[in-house]
Amino acid sequence: MNKPAYRGLYLIAAVLLLLPLVLPNSFYVDLAIRMAINAVIVLGLNLLIGFAGQISLGHAGFIGIGAYASAALPTHFGWHPLLAVAGGAVVAGILAGALSRPIFRLKGHYLAMATLGLGIIINIVVRNEAVWSGGPDGMAVPPMAFGSFEVSGDKAWYWITAILLCFSIWASINLIDSPFGRALRALNGSEVASRVVGVQVARYKLSVFVMSAMFASVMGSVMALYVGFVTPNIADFFHSIELVTMVVIGGMGSVYGSVLGAVLLTALPQALASFEGWETVLFGAILMLCMIFLPRGLVPTLAARLGKTT
Amino acid sequence: MSTALLEARDLSIQFGGVKAVQNVSFQIDPGIVYAVIGPNGAGKTTLFNLITGIYQPTAGSILLDGQPIQGKAPEVLAQLGLARTFQNLQVCLNMSAIENVMLGAHLRLDRNLFKAALRWPALKAQDRALVGEAIELMRFVGLEPYTSARADSMSYGALKRLEIARALAMRPRVLFLDEPAAGLNPKETLEVDALIRKVADTGVTVVLVEHDMKMVMNLSDRILVLDYGRKLAEGTATEVRRNPDVIAAYLGAHA
Repeated sequence: MNKPAYRGLYLIAAVLLLLPLVLPNSFYVDLAIRMAINAVIVLGLNLLIGFAGQISLGHAGFIGIGAYASAALPTHFGWHPLLAVAGGAVVAGILAGALSRPIFRLKGHYLAMATLGLGIIINIVVRNEAVWSGGPDGMAVPPMAFGSFEVSGDKAWYWITAILLCFSIWASINLIDSPFGRALRALNGSEVASRVVGVQVARYKLSVFVMSAMFASVMGSVMALYVGFVTPNIADFFHSIELVTMVVIGGMGSVYGSVLGAVLLTALPQALASFEGWETVLFGAILMLCMIFLPRGLVPTLAARLGKTT
Repeated sequence: MSTALLEARDLSIQFGGVKAVQNVSFQIDPGIVYAVIGPNGAGKTTLFNLITGIYQPTAGSILLDGQPIQGKAPEVLAQLGLARTFQNLQVCLNMSAIENVMLGAHLRLDRNLFKAALRWPALKAQDRALVGEAIELMRFVGLEPYTSARADSMSYGALKRLEIARALAMRPRVLFLDEPAAGLNPKETLEVDALIRKVADTGVTVVLVEHDMKMVMNLSDRILVLDYGRKLAEGTATEVRRNPDVIAAYLGAHA
C-alpha cells in the first residue's frame, strides 16, 4: 500500500551488502546462500499458502524438477545450463498448471493430500529413473558457464542469490498490493465474495500455483548449480514439510515473515548441531513452542505487538 | 416485448425433496426499488442465490434485458452488471476496508500479473485513481472514518455498509441487497434506509430482501411476497398490504 512496505527490503539489501565483510569463513557464506535460496522458495510458497490460502505439501517436488533439469539436460542432451534452468521452470509450470484444475477442486486436508502425493511421485521418479537421474546416488551438475567464464565459488553464488532474494521480495510486495494480489487475498478471505465481484477463482489459483512452482524450480536449479551435485533428497517429502514450516513460523501472508522463517529454520539445525543427537528433539520442541505462543507466525505477531500491519 | 430489466419465468429449485422455490415469476423494471418479503424460510435468500448464480435453478429461466442468464456463474453475472451483498456478511477480513471496496472494481482493472510484480507505472496510477474512487464510495455509504481501517476491526453495521460500497464499486446495473438492515439498531436501520434511497437515486436498480416491514413499505416501488417457496402476491406496497393472503401468511390466520 505504501512506502514503509519497502523499508524491510532496504534493510535486507543493506545486510546482504555488508554480510560478506563480517562472515568469518566459507561455512557461513554457504549458510547465507542456503538461507537466501530457501527464502526465495518460501516467498513463492507463501503467496500460495499465506495469501491465496491454498496449501501445498509437495513443493520439494518442483524444486527437484529444477535441480534435475540443471543436472540432466546439460549432461544428457548438451543443453546450455541457463536454458536448462528455464526448461525446468517451464516443466514445473506446465505440471502445476495441468494439475491445478483437478487439485484445486479439493480443499483443506484433501488438497494437502493431493499435493503431498504429487511431491512423493516426483521424488519416486527421480529416485528410480536411474538412467538419467543417477538414481539414489544422485548425479553431478555441470557448472553454469558462458564460454570460458564459469560461475563458481561461494562469492559468485552469494551475490547471485542475494540479488534473486532482493528482487523476489520487491516483486512479492508489488504483487500483493495490486489488482492481482487483492484478488488472490480475496479468494482466501471469502471465495464467494471474490466470485460475485468477478474474480475467476480457478484462474487465480492456477496462476499462483504455477508461479510458486516455477519459483521453486528455478531455485532448485540454483541450488543444484551452486552445490554441483544433486541427490533425490532435494525432492524429499521432508523438504516440503520444512518449507511449509518456514512459511508458518515466519508468518502466513507476510513477505518478511517468509524471509525470517527461511533464515531461522535454515540456521536452527546448524545452531543445534552441538547438542549431538538431541537436535531433532530440540528442533521439534522449538517449533511446538512457536505454534503455541506465536500461532500467527513471528513477523505478524511482532508487528501486531508493535501496532503495525505487515 | 416487455421492458423489464430483469425477469424470472417459472423459476424453481429443489434440494432433494425440498422445493425451496417453486414456479416463481416476476418482472423488475429498470431504476426501481424491488423488495422480496416473506416469512422465515419462504425462499427469499434462495431466490437471490438463484438469480446471482450461487445456485443453479432446477427449472425456469431468468432474463436480463431479455437474454437468458440462468445457470451462469457469479463471475460471469458480475460482468453483466449484477452486484450483491450477503445476509451473513462476506467481507474479506484479511484485507483492509478500502481494499475490500477496491476489490469491487476488479473487472475494470488491468490485472496483469507481470506488470503488477514489476510495479508497472500505469498500474500504480490505476491504483492511485482507484483509491480516490474507493474513498469517495466509502464517504457515500457513510464510512469515511474507516478509510484506513482494517476490515477485521469494524463493527457489524459498518461491515454491512462496506459490502454495499464494494458492490457499488462494481458500477452495477442491479444491486441485490440481502437483508441490509438485519442486526442493525433502529438508528442504523434508518441510515441504511436513506442510503438505499440514495443508491436508487443514482439510477441503480435495487432488489432487496428485508424483514423490516417499515423500511420495505417505505422504500419499495414494488414488492414480491413469497411463502413456502411460492409467489403469494406481487404489487405496490399498498396492494400488498391489503392482500388477504399476505395478511394470512404473516399473522397465521386462515383466510
